Amino acid sequence: MKLTKLLSLSAMAVAAPSLALAQDAPAAVPTDTVFILNSLLFLVGGFLVFWMAAGFAMLEAGLVRSKNVAMQLTKNMGLFSLASIFYYLIGYNLMYPLGTWAWDGVLSGIWGPGVLEAVGVTADAADDYGYASTGSDFFFQLMFCAATASIVSGTLAERIKLWPFLVFTIILTAIIYPIQASWKWGGGFLDGMGFLDFAGSTVVHSVGGWAALTGAIILGPRIGKYKDGKTIPIPGSNLTLATLGTFILWMGWFGFNGGSQLAMGSVGDVADISRIFSNTNAAAAGGAITALILTQLVYKKPDLTMVLNGALAGLVSITAEPLTPSLGAATIIGAIGGVIVVFAVPMLDKFKIDDVVGAIPVHLIAGIWGTLAVPLTNSDASFGTQITSIVVVGVFVTVASAIVWMILKATMGLRVDEETEINGLDMAELGMEAYPEFSKG
Amino acid sequence: MKLIIAAIKPFKLEEVREALTAIGVRGMMVTEIKGFGSQSGHTEIYRGAEYAVNFVPKVKLEIAVPDSMADQVVETIATTAKTDKIGDGKVFVLDLQSALRVRTGESNDDAL
Repeated sequence: MKLTKLLSLSAMAVAAPSLALAQDAPAAVPTDTVFILNSLLFLVGGFLVFWMAAGFAMLEAGLVRSKNVAMQLTKNMGLFSLASIFYYLIGYNLMYPLGTWAWDGVLSGIWGPGVLEAVGVTADAADDYGYASTGSDFFFQLMFCAATASIVSGTLAERIKLWPFLVFTIILTAIIYPIQASWKWGGGFLDGMGFLDFAGSTVVHSVGGWAALTGAIILGPRIGKYKDGKTIPIPGSNLTLATLGTFILWMGWFGFNGGSQLAMGSVGDVADISRIFSNTNAAAAGGAITALILTQLVYKKPDLTMVLNGALAGLVSITAEPLTPSLGAATIIGAIGGVIVVFAVPMLDKFKIDDVVGAIPVHLIAGIWGTLAVPLTNSDASFGTQITSIVVVGVFVTVASAIVWMILKATMGLRVDEETEINGLDMAELGMEAYPEFSKG
Repeated sequence: MKLIIAAIKPFKLEEVREALTAIGVRGMMVTEIKGFGSQSGHTEIYRGAEYAVNFVPKVKLEIAVPDSMADQVVETIATTAKTDKIGDGKVFVLDLQSALRVRTGESNDDAL
Protein backbone atom coordinates (compact mmCIF):
# COMPACT_ATOMS: atom_id res chain seq x y z
CA MET A 1 0.00 0.00 0.00
CA LYS A 2 2.91 2.26 0.82
CA LEU A 3 4.41 1.54 -2.60
CA THR A 4 1.30 2.32 -4.60
CA LYS A 5 0.78 5.56 -2.73
CA LEU A 6 4.40 6.43 -3.37
CA LEU A 7 4.03 5.97 -7.13
CA SER A 8 0.85 8.00 -7.48
CA LEU A 9 2.21 10.82 -5.37
CA SER A 10 5.50 10.94 -7.27
CA ALA A 11 3.52 11.17 -10.48
CA MET A 12 1.54 14.03 -8.99
CA ALA A 13 4.70 15.83 -7.96
CA VAL A 14 6.05 15.56 -11.50
CA ALA A 15 2.77 16.78 -12.95
CA ALA A 16 2.51 19.65 -10.48
CA PRO A 17 4.69 22.28 -12.17
CA SER A 18 2.82 22.05 -15.49
CA LEU A 19 -0.49 22.25 -13.64
CA ALA A 20 0.64 25.39 -11.89
CA LEU A 21 1.28 27.08 -15.22
CA ALA A 22 -2.24 26.51 -16.51
CA GLN A 23 -4.56 29.42 -15.96
CA ASP A 24 -7.31 29.07 -13.32
CA ALA A 25 -5.92 25.71 -12.23
CA PRO A 26 -5.96 25.26 -8.44
CA ALA A 27 -2.59 25.80 -6.82
CA ALA A 28 -0.80 22.46 -6.50
CA VAL A 29 0.32 21.42 -3.04
CA PRO A 30 4.13 21.81 -2.83
CA THR A 31 5.99 18.52 -2.26
CA ASP A 32 7.37 19.83 1.05
CA THR A 33 3.84 20.35 2.27
CA VAL A 34 2.75 16.91 1.09
CA PHE A 35 5.70 15.37 2.96
CA ILE A 36 4.83 17.33 6.09
CA LEU A 37 1.12 16.56 6.00
CA ASN A 38 1.58 12.85 5.25
CA SER A 39 4.11 12.54 8.08
CA LEU A 40 1.78 14.46 10.38
CA LEU A 41 -1.08 12.07 9.55
CA PHE A 42 1.11 9.10 10.51
CA LEU A 43 2.21 10.75 13.75
CA VAL A 44 -1.27 11.83 14.85
CA GLY A 45 -2.78 8.53 13.70
CA GLY A 46 0.05 6.68 15.42
CA PHE A 47 -0.45 8.27 18.80
CA LEU A 48 -4.18 7.63 18.60
CA VAL A 49 -3.48 3.95 17.88
CA PHE A 50 -0.92 3.97 20.72
CA TRP A 51 -3.71 5.06 23.05
CA MET A 52 -5.61 1.91 22.10
CA ALA A 53 -3.05 0.08 24.26
CA ALA A 54 -4.60 1.94 27.20
CA GLY A 55 -8.04 0.95 25.94
CA PHE A 56 -7.14 -2.73 25.79
CA ALA A 57 -5.54 -2.53 29.25
CA MET A 58 -8.61 -0.92 30.84
CA LEU A 59 -11.07 -3.21 29.04
CA GLU A 60 -9.17 -6.28 30.16
CA ALA A 61 -8.63 -4.99 33.71
CA GLY A 62 -12.40 -4.47 33.98
CA LEU A 63 -13.38 -7.88 32.61
CA VAL A 64 -11.06 -10.03 34.74
CA ARG A 65 -11.65 -10.74 38.42
CA SER A 66 -10.04 -8.38 40.92
CA LYS A 67 -7.50 -11.03 41.96
CA ASN A 68 -5.97 -10.98 38.46
CA VAL A 69 -6.07 -7.26 37.60
CA ALA A 70 -2.48 -6.33 38.47
CA MET A 71 -1.21 -9.29 36.41
CA GLN A 72 -3.39 -8.33 33.44
CA LEU A 73 -2.01 -4.80 33.54
CA THR A 74 1.55 -6.17 33.81
CA LYS A 75 0.96 -8.30 30.70
CA ASN A 76 -0.34 -5.23 28.82
CA MET A 77 2.70 -3.15 29.75
CA GLY A 78 5.02 -6.01 28.86
CA LEU A 79 3.45 -6.88 25.55
CA PHE A 80 3.31 -3.32 24.27
CA SER A 81 6.93 -2.66 25.20
CA LEU A 82 8.17 -5.96 23.74
CA ALA A 83 6.23 -5.29 20.54
CA SER A 84 7.98 -1.90 20.32
CA ILE A 85 11.42 -3.49 20.67
CA PHE A 86 10.92 -6.51 18.42
CA TYR A 87 9.07 -4.68 15.67
CA TYR A 88 12.10 -2.39 15.54
CA LEU A 89 14.65 -5.24 15.66
CA ILE A 90 13.04 -7.54 13.07
CA GLY A 91 9.40 -6.83 12.31
CA TYR A 92 9.52 -3.54 10.41
CA ASN A 93 11.86 -4.71 7.66
CA LEU A 94 10.17 -8.09 7.51
CA MET A 95 6.89 -6.31 6.85
CA TYR A 96 8.23 -3.76 4.35
CA PRO A 97 10.83 -5.39 2.09
CA LEU A 98 10.42 -2.50 -0.41
CA GLY A 99 10.88 -4.96 -3.24
CA THR A 100 13.76 -6.97 -1.74
CA TRP A 101 12.22 -10.41 -1.34
CA ALA A 102 13.94 -13.63 -0.27
CA TRP A 103 10.92 -15.49 -1.67
CA ASP A 104 9.05 -13.26 -4.07
CA GLY A 105 5.91 -11.84 -2.52
CA VAL A 106 6.06 -14.17 0.47
CA LEU A 107 9.16 -13.56 2.59
CA SER A 108 11.15 -10.36 2.93
CA GLY A 109 14.85 -10.51 2.19
CA ILE A 110 15.66 -7.90 4.81
CA TRP A 111 16.26 -9.26 8.29
CA GLY A 112 17.53 -6.48 10.47
CA PRO A 113 16.59 -3.52 12.61
CA GLY A 114 14.66 -0.55 11.28
CA VAL A 115 16.76 2.54 10.59
CA LEU A 116 15.44 6.10 10.71
CA GLU A 117 16.50 9.08 8.62
CA ALA A 118 19.39 11.25 9.84
CA VAL A 119 18.79 14.10 12.31
CA GLY A 120 17.59 17.21 10.48
CA VAL A 121 17.31 15.37 7.18
CA THR A 122 16.90 17.54 4.09
CA ALA A 123 14.57 17.01 1.17
CA ASP A 124 17.18 15.47 -1.11
CA ALA A 125 18.42 13.09 1.61
CA ALA A 126 15.00 11.96 2.81
CA ASP A 127 14.24 8.26 2.18
CA ASP A 128 11.03 9.13 0.39
CA TYR A 129 10.70 12.89 -0.14
CA GLY A 130 7.63 12.50 -2.33
CA TYR A 131 5.77 10.74 0.47
CA ALA A 132 6.54 10.86 4.20
CA SER A 133 9.29 10.52 6.77
CA THR A 134 10.50 7.03 7.66
CA GLY A 135 10.16 7.75 11.37
CA SER A 136 6.47 8.60 11.03
CA ASP A 137 5.83 5.46 8.99
CA PHE A 138 7.70 3.27 11.49
CA PHE A 139 5.87 4.84 14.45
CA PHE A 140 2.46 4.35 12.82
CA GLN A 141 3.05 0.77 11.70
CA LEU A 142 4.53 -0.25 15.05
CA MET A 143 1.28 0.67 16.78
CA PHE A 144 -0.69 -1.72 14.56
CA CYS A 145 1.70 -4.52 15.37
CA ALA A 146 1.33 -3.84 19.11
CA ALA A 147 -2.48 -3.74 18.77
CA THR A 148 -2.37 -7.26 17.32
CA ALA A 149 -0.52 -8.50 20.40
CA SER A 150 -2.98 -6.71 22.73
CA ILE A 151 -5.83 -8.77 21.29
CA VAL A 152 -4.28 -12.02 22.49
CA SER A 153 -3.80 -11.09 26.14
CA GLY A 154 -7.49 -10.62 26.93
CA THR A 155 -8.62 -14.02 25.70
CA LEU A 156 -5.97 -15.90 27.69
CA ALA A 157 -6.33 -13.85 30.88
CA GLU A 158 -6.50 -15.25 34.41
CA ARG A 159 -4.67 -18.53 33.72
CA ILE A 160 -1.66 -18.08 31.42
CA LYS A 161 1.79 -17.62 32.96
CA LEU A 162 3.42 -14.23 32.43
CA TRP A 163 6.71 -15.26 30.81
CA PRO A 164 5.54 -17.78 28.19
CA PHE A 165 2.86 -15.26 27.21
CA LEU A 166 5.53 -12.60 26.71
CA VAL A 167 7.70 -15.01 24.71
CA PHE A 168 4.70 -15.63 22.43
CA THR A 169 4.28 -11.86 22.09
CA ILE A 170 7.86 -11.61 20.85
CA ILE A 171 7.36 -14.26 18.16
CA LEU A 172 4.03 -12.74 17.15
CA THR A 173 5.31 -9.17 16.80
CA ALA A 174 8.76 -9.98 15.41
CA ILE A 175 7.79 -12.67 12.91
CA ILE A 176 4.21 -13.92 12.57
CA TYR A 177 2.48 -10.52 12.22
CA PRO A 178 5.11 -8.88 9.98
CA ILE A 179 5.36 -11.82 7.55
CA GLN A 180 1.62 -12.01 6.86
CA ALA A 181 1.34 -8.20 6.85
CA SER A 182 4.04 -8.09 4.13
CA TRP A 183 1.74 -10.20 1.92
CA LYS A 184 -0.71 -7.30 1.79
CA TRP A 185 0.82 -4.06 3.02
CA GLY A 186 4.40 -4.87 2.04
CA GLY A 187 3.31 -5.38 -1.57
CA GLY A 188 3.36 -9.19 -1.40
CA PHE A 189 1.29 -11.83 -3.15
CA LEU A 190 -2.06 -11.10 -1.50
CA ASP A 191 -1.73 -7.46 -2.57
CA GLY A 192 -0.87 -8.67 -6.07
CA MET A 193 -4.05 -10.76 -6.12
CA GLY A 194 -6.15 -7.66 -5.44
CA PHE A 195 -6.93 -8.38 -1.80
CA LEU A 196 -8.36 -5.28 -0.13
CA ASP A 197 -8.00 -4.71 3.62
CA PHE A 198 -7.89 -0.98 4.27
CA ALA A 199 -6.79 -0.81 7.91
CA GLY A 200 -6.61 -4.46 8.82
CA SER A 201 -9.80 -6.40 9.63
CA THR A 202 -7.82 -9.41 8.48
CA VAL A 203 -4.18 -8.25 8.65
CA VAL A 204 -4.45 -6.97 12.23
CA HIS A 205 -7.65 -8.08 13.94
CA SER A 206 -8.14 -11.58 12.61
CA VAL A 207 -4.43 -12.26 13.17
CA GLY A 208 -4.76 -11.38 16.85
CA GLY A 209 -7.99 -13.38 16.89
CA TRP A 210 -6.48 -16.53 15.35
CA ALA A 211 -3.51 -16.39 17.72
CA ALA A 212 -5.92 -15.94 20.65
CA LEU A 213 -8.19 -18.78 19.49
CA THR A 214 -5.28 -21.17 19.06
CA GLY A 215 -3.93 -20.18 22.47
CA ALA A 216 -7.32 -20.57 24.16
CA ILE A 217 -7.76 -24.10 22.78
CA ILE A 218 -4.26 -25.20 23.79
CA LEU A 219 -4.42 -23.47 27.18
CA GLY A 220 -7.90 -24.70 28.16
CA PRO A 221 -10.64 -22.86 30.06
CA ARG A 222 -10.37 -21.29 33.51
CA ILE A 223 -11.10 -23.57 36.46
CA GLY A 224 -14.85 -23.61 37.13
CA LYS A 225 -15.91 -22.01 33.84
CA TYR A 226 -17.64 -25.13 32.50
CA LYS A 227 -19.31 -27.54 34.90
CA ASP A 228 -21.65 -30.46 34.12
CA GLY A 229 -22.14 -29.22 30.56
CA LYS A 230 -23.12 -25.74 31.75
CA THR A 231 -21.34 -22.43 31.40
CA ILE A 232 -20.67 -20.76 34.72
CA PRO A 233 -20.35 -16.99 34.31
CA ILE A 234 -17.31 -15.35 35.87
CA PRO A 235 -18.25 -11.67 36.10
CA GLY A 236 -15.61 -9.02 35.60
CA SER A 237 -14.36 -6.85 38.43
CA ASN A 238 -15.03 -3.36 37.12
CA LEU A 239 -17.42 -2.46 34.32
CA THR A 240 -16.56 1.22 34.71
CA LEU A 241 -13.00 0.50 33.59
CA ALA A 242 -14.26 -1.82 30.84
CA THR A 243 -16.48 0.98 29.52
CA LEU A 244 -13.67 3.53 29.70
CA GLY A 245 -11.44 1.07 27.85
CA THR A 246 -14.04 0.65 25.13
CA PHE A 247 -14.41 4.41 24.62
CA ILE A 248 -10.61 4.75 24.50
CA LEU A 249 -10.44 2.04 21.82
CA TRP A 250 -13.28 3.74 19.93
CA MET A 251 -11.31 7.01 19.95
CA GLY A 252 -8.06 5.30 18.99
CA TRP A 253 -9.83 3.73 16.02
CA PHE A 254 -10.12 7.12 14.32
CA GLY A 255 -6.33 7.04 14.05
CA PHE A 256 -6.34 3.36 13.15
CA ASN A 257 -8.70 3.74 10.19
CA GLY A 258 -8.20 7.43 9.39
CA GLY A 259 -4.42 7.13 9.43
CA SER A 260 -4.67 4.16 7.08
CA GLN A 261 -5.61 6.56 4.28
CA LEU A 262 -1.79 6.86 4.33
CA ALA A 263 -1.81 10.32 2.75
CA MET A 264 -3.12 13.76 3.64
CA GLY A 265 -1.48 15.97 1.01
CA SER A 266 -4.49 16.68 -1.19
CA VAL A 267 -8.10 17.77 -0.97
CA GLY A 268 -9.20 14.28 -1.93
CA ASP A 269 -7.16 12.61 0.80
CA VAL A 270 -8.35 14.95 3.53
CA ALA A 271 -11.95 14.53 2.40
CA ASP A 272 -11.48 10.76 2.42
CA ILE A 273 -10.05 10.83 5.94
CA SER A 274 -13.13 12.77 7.01
CA ARG A 275 -15.36 10.10 5.48
CA ILE A 276 -13.37 7.41 7.28
CA PHE A 277 -13.70 9.12 10.69
CA SER A 278 -17.45 9.45 10.23
CA ASN A 279 -17.94 5.90 8.95
CA THR A 280 -15.80 4.46 11.72
CA ASN A 281 -17.91 6.21 14.32
CA ALA A 282 -21.14 5.11 12.63
CA ALA A 283 -20.10 1.45 12.62
CA ALA A 284 -19.24 1.52 16.33
CA ALA A 285 -22.61 3.05 17.12
CA GLY A 286 -24.37 0.46 14.95
CA GLY A 287 -22.59 -2.40 16.72
CA ALA A 288 -23.30 -1.06 20.22
CA ILE A 289 -27.00 -0.38 19.65
CA THR A 290 -27.55 -3.74 17.96
CA ALA A 291 -25.98 -5.56 20.92
CA LEU A 292 -28.06 -3.44 23.31
CA ILE A 293 -31.34 -4.29 21.57
CA LEU A 294 -30.50 -7.93 20.89
CA THR A 295 -29.46 -8.73 24.47
CA GLN A 296 -32.72 -7.12 25.65
CA LEU A 297 -34.72 -9.29 23.23
CA VAL A 298 -32.79 -12.54 23.69
CA TYR A 299 -31.91 -12.37 27.40
CA LYS A 300 -34.65 -10.00 28.65
CA LYS A 301 -32.06 -7.58 30.06
CA PRO A 302 -29.36 -5.62 28.22
CA ASP A 303 -25.84 -6.91 28.92
CA LEU A 304 -23.33 -4.05 29.18
CA THR A 305 -20.34 -6.32 28.49
CA MET A 306 -21.98 -7.37 25.22
CA VAL A 307 -22.74 -3.74 24.34
CA LEU A 308 -19.04 -2.95 24.82
CA ASN A 309 -18.07 -5.93 22.66
CA GLY A 310 -20.71 -4.84 20.14
CA ALA A 311 -19.17 -1.39 19.73
CA LEU A 312 -15.74 -2.96 19.22
CA ALA A 313 -17.10 -5.55 16.78
CA GLY A 314 -18.66 -2.68 14.82
CA LEU A 315 -15.27 -1.00 14.68
CA VAL A 316 -13.49 -4.18 13.55
CA SER A 317 -16.18 -4.76 10.90
CA ILE A 318 -15.65 -1.37 9.26
CA THR A 319 -11.85 -1.57 9.41
CA ALA A 320 -11.44 -3.49 6.15
CA GLU A 321 -13.29 -0.76 4.22
CA PRO A 322 -14.03 2.43 6.15
CA LEU A 323 -13.87 4.70 3.09
CA THR A 324 -16.36 3.62 0.43
CA PRO A 325 -19.52 2.88 2.48
CA SER A 326 -22.12 5.59 3.02
CA LEU A 327 -22.89 6.50 6.63
CA GLY A 328 -25.93 4.24 6.44
CA ALA A 329 -23.99 1.31 5.01
CA ALA A 330 -21.26 1.79 7.63
CA THR A 331 -23.88 1.67 10.39
CA ILE A 332 -25.31 -1.58 9.01
CA ILE A 333 -21.87 -3.16 8.56
CA GLY A 334 -21.14 -2.32 12.20
CA ALA A 335 -24.57 -3.51 13.31
CA ILE A 336 -23.90 -6.95 11.83
CA GLY A 337 -20.73 -6.96 13.95
CA GLY A 338 -22.98 -6.42 16.97
CA VAL A 339 -25.14 -9.39 15.94
CA ILE A 340 -22.01 -11.54 15.64
CA VAL A 341 -21.01 -10.74 19.22
CA VAL A 342 -24.36 -11.60 20.77
CA PHE A 343 -24.46 -15.02 19.13
CA ALA A 344 -20.75 -15.89 18.97
CA VAL A 345 -20.03 -15.38 22.69
CA PRO A 346 -22.38 -18.18 23.86
CA MET A 347 -21.37 -20.29 20.84
CA LEU A 348 -17.71 -20.28 21.90
CA ASP A 349 -18.83 -21.32 25.38
CA LYS A 350 -20.64 -24.31 23.82
CA PHE A 351 -17.26 -25.44 22.47
CA LYS A 352 -15.70 -24.80 25.92
CA ILE A 353 -13.41 -22.14 24.45
CA ASP A 354 -12.94 -19.70 27.31
CA ASP A 355 -12.43 -16.20 25.90
CA VAL A 356 -12.35 -13.92 28.96
CA VAL A 357 -13.00 -10.59 27.20
CA GLY A 358 -14.75 -11.71 24.00
CA ALA A 359 -11.77 -10.96 21.76
CA ILE A 360 -12.44 -13.90 19.42
CA PRO A 361 -15.96 -12.80 18.41
CA VAL A 362 -14.88 -9.15 18.26
CA HIS A 363 -11.56 -9.40 16.44
CA LEU A 364 -11.67 -12.72 14.59
CA ILE A 365 -15.29 -13.30 13.59
CA ALA A 366 -16.16 -9.62 13.05
CA GLY A 367 -12.78 -9.28 11.30
CA ILE A 368 -13.77 -11.99 8.83
CA TRP A 369 -17.16 -10.34 8.36
CA GLY A 370 -15.58 -6.94 7.75
CA THR A 371 -13.22 -8.40 5.16
CA LEU A 372 -16.11 -10.12 3.39
CA ALA A 373 -18.12 -6.88 3.44
CA VAL A 374 -15.57 -4.95 1.34
CA PRO A 375 -17.01 -5.98 -2.07
CA LEU A 376 -20.46 -4.77 -0.94
CA THR A 377 -19.37 -1.15 -1.24
CA ASN A 378 -16.11 -1.31 -3.20
CA SER A 379 -16.29 -2.70 -6.73
CA ASP A 380 -12.49 -3.15 -6.84
CA ALA A 381 -12.79 -6.07 -4.42
CA SER A 382 -14.00 -9.58 -5.18
CA PHE A 383 -15.47 -12.11 -2.77
CA GLY A 384 -13.18 -14.84 -4.11
CA THR A 385 -9.98 -12.90 -3.40
CA GLN A 386 -11.25 -11.74 0.00
CA ILE A 387 -12.13 -15.32 1.02
CA THR A 388 -8.84 -16.71 -0.28
CA SER A 389 -6.90 -14.10 1.69
CA ILE A 390 -8.87 -14.74 4.89
CA VAL A 391 -8.11 -18.46 4.58
CA VAL A 392 -4.42 -17.98 3.70
CA VAL A 393 -3.81 -15.63 6.63
CA GLY A 394 -5.92 -17.79 8.94
CA VAL A 395 -4.08 -21.01 8.14
CA PHE A 396 -0.65 -19.38 8.41
CA VAL A 397 -1.33 -17.67 11.74
CA THR A 398 -3.10 -20.68 13.24
CA VAL A 399 -0.34 -23.12 12.30
CA ALA A 400 2.47 -20.76 13.30
CA SER A 401 0.78 -19.86 16.61
CA ALA A 402 -0.05 -23.48 17.39
CA ILE A 403 3.59 -24.47 16.91
CA VAL A 404 4.80 -21.67 19.20
CA TRP A 405 2.14 -22.38 21.86
CA MET A 406 2.94 -26.12 21.82
CA ILE A 407 6.70 -25.50 22.14
CA LEU A 408 6.07 -23.11 25.04
CA LYS A 409 3.74 -25.64 26.66
CA ALA A 410 6.36 -28.39 26.40
CA THR A 411 9.25 -26.24 27.62
CA MET A 412 8.13 -23.50 30.01
CA GLY A 413 4.56 -24.68 30.62
CA LEU A 414 1.67 -22.35 29.75
CA ARG A 415 -0.66 -22.55 32.73
CA VAL A 416 -0.23 -21.46 36.29
CA ASP A 417 -0.86 -24.25 38.80
CA GLU A 418 -4.32 -24.81 40.23
CA GLU A 419 -3.61 -23.16 43.57
CA THR A 420 -2.21 -20.04 41.88
CA GLU A 421 -5.23 -19.78 39.62
CA ILE A 422 -7.66 -20.08 42.54
CA ASN A 423 -5.75 -17.59 44.73
CA GLY A 424 -5.29 -15.21 41.82
CA LEU A 425 -2.23 -14.45 39.73
CA ASP A 426 -1.71 -11.10 41.45
CA MET A 427 -0.56 -12.46 44.80
CA ALA A 428 0.90 -15.74 43.52
CA GLU A 429 2.96 -14.42 40.61
CA LEU A 430 3.41 -10.72 41.43
CA GLY A 431 2.99 -10.52 45.18
CA MET A 432 0.87 -7.40 44.79
CA GLU A 433 -2.74 -6.60 44.17
CA ALA A 434 -4.53 -3.98 42.08
CA TYR A 435 -7.16 -3.52 44.80
CA PRO A 436 -5.51 -4.58 48.07
CA GLU A 437 -8.50 -3.91 50.29
CA PHE A 438 -11.07 -6.12 48.59
CA SER A 439 -9.43 -8.59 46.35
CA LYS A 440 -10.23 -11.58 48.53
CA GLY A 441 -13.19 -13.63 47.47
CA MET B 1 -31.98 -7.90 78.53
CA LYS B 2 -32.61 -9.03 74.99
CA LEU B 3 -30.48 -9.01 71.88
CA ILE B 4 -32.61 -8.34 68.84
CA ILE B 5 -31.18 -9.42 65.49
CA ALA B 6 -33.02 -8.26 62.40
CA ALA B 7 -32.32 -8.78 58.70
CA ILE B 8 -34.05 -6.13 56.60
CA LYS B 9 -34.01 -4.72 53.10
CA PRO B 10 -31.03 -2.35 52.76
CA PHE B 11 -33.09 0.62 51.54
CA LYS B 12 -35.23 0.43 54.69
CA LEU B 13 -32.28 1.01 57.03
CA GLU B 14 -32.64 4.75 57.45
CA GLU B 15 -36.39 4.56 58.08
CA VAL B 16 -35.95 1.80 60.67
CA ARG B 17 -33.15 3.69 62.41
CA GLU B 18 -35.28 6.83 62.69
CA ALA B 19 -38.25 4.89 64.06
CA LEU B 20 -36.08 3.10 66.61
CA THR B 21 -34.33 6.22 67.88
CA ALA B 22 -37.78 7.83 68.17
CA ILE B 23 -38.85 5.13 70.66
CA GLY B 24 -35.65 5.50 72.67
CA VAL B 25 -33.20 2.98 71.23
CA ARG B 26 -29.77 4.45 71.96
CA GLY B 27 -27.48 2.28 69.87
CA MET B 28 -27.28 -0.45 67.30
CA MET B 29 -24.81 -2.35 65.23
CA VAL B 30 -25.32 -2.53 61.45
CA THR B 31 -23.69 -4.95 59.02
CA GLU B 32 -24.13 -5.42 55.27
CA ILE B 33 -24.86 -9.09 54.75
CA LYS B 34 -26.03 -11.54 52.11
CA GLY B 35 -28.40 -14.40 52.74
CA PHE B 36 -31.50 -16.22 51.69
CA GLY B 37 -34.87 -17.03 53.24
CA SER B 38 -38.16 -17.80 51.57
CA GLN B 39 -37.21 -15.30 48.86
CA SER B 40 -34.33 -17.73 48.06
CA GLY B 41 -32.44 -16.70 44.93
CA HIS B 42 -33.18 -15.74 41.38
CA THR B 43 -31.40 -16.21 38.06
CA GLU B 44 -29.57 -13.66 35.95
CA ILE B 45 -27.75 -13.84 32.63
CA TYR B 46 -24.11 -12.75 32.09
CA ARG B 47 -22.72 -12.90 28.56
CA GLY B 48 -25.39 -15.40 27.51
CA ALA B 49 -24.93 -17.83 30.39
CA GLU B 50 -27.54 -18.15 33.12
CA TYR B 51 -26.43 -18.10 36.72
CA ALA B 52 -28.20 -18.30 40.07
CA VAL B 53 -28.02 -15.44 42.52
CA ASN B 54 -28.35 -17.59 45.67
CA PHE B 55 -27.77 -14.87 48.23
CA VAL B 56 -29.47 -11.52 48.20
CA PRO B 57 -28.06 -8.45 49.96
CA LYS B 58 -29.62 -7.45 53.28
CA VAL B 59 -28.72 -5.29 56.24
CA LYS B 60 -28.38 -6.89 59.65
CA LEU B 61 -29.22 -4.91 62.80
CA GLU B 62 -28.09 -5.99 66.26
CA ILE B 63 -29.78 -4.11 69.08
CA ALA B 64 -29.38 -4.77 72.81
CA VAL B 65 -32.34 -3.48 74.89
CA PRO B 66 -33.82 -3.88 78.38
CA ASP B 67 -36.48 -6.59 78.62
CA SER B 68 -39.20 -3.96 78.93
CA MET B 69 -38.43 -2.48 75.50
CA ALA B 70 -37.99 -5.67 73.49
CA ASP B 71 -41.55 -6.11 72.23
CA GLN B 72 -41.83 -2.46 71.22
CA VAL B 73 -38.56 -2.63 69.27
CA VAL B 74 -39.60 -5.81 67.45
CA GLU B 75 -42.96 -4.22 66.66
CA THR B 76 -41.33 -1.04 65.36
CA ILE B 77 -38.91 -2.94 63.11
CA ALA B 78 -41.73 -5.10 61.81
CA THR B 79 -43.92 -2.16 60.85
CA THR B 80 -41.23 0.12 59.38
CA ALA B 81 -39.32 -2.57 57.42
CA LYS B 82 -42.48 -4.01 55.95
CA THR B 83 -43.13 -3.62 52.21
CA ASP B 84 -45.53 -6.57 51.86
CA LYS B 85 -43.27 -7.95 49.16
CA ILE B 86 -41.24 -11.13 49.48
CA GLY B 87 -37.82 -10.61 51.09
CA ASP B 88 -38.79 -8.15 53.85
CA GLY B 89 -36.55 -10.03 56.29
CA LYS B 90 -36.70 -11.61 59.75
CA VAL B 91 -36.42 -10.54 63.41
CA PHE B 92 -34.89 -12.79 66.08
CA VAL B 93 -34.89 -12.16 69.82
CA LEU B 94 -32.24 -13.72 72.09
CA ASP B 95 -31.69 -13.57 75.84
CA LEU B 96 -28.68 -11.46 76.63
CA GLN B 97 -26.53 -12.44 79.63
CA SER B 98 -24.63 -9.29 80.34
CA ALA B 99 -23.59 -5.92 78.99
CA LEU B 100 -20.70 -3.60 79.85
CA ARG B 101 -19.99 -0.02 78.85
CA VAL B 102 -16.23 0.03 78.29
CA ARG B 103 -15.61 3.69 79.16
CA THR B 104 -17.40 3.82 82.56
CA GLY B 105 -17.57 0.20 83.63
CA GLU B 106 -21.38 0.41 84.00
CA SER B 107 -23.03 -2.94 83.46
CA ASN B 108 -26.24 -4.53 82.20
CA ASP B 109 -29.28 -2.19 81.82
CA ASP B 110 -27.15 0.83 82.78
CA ALA B 111 -24.78 0.02 79.97
CA LEU B 112 -27.41 -0.02 77.23
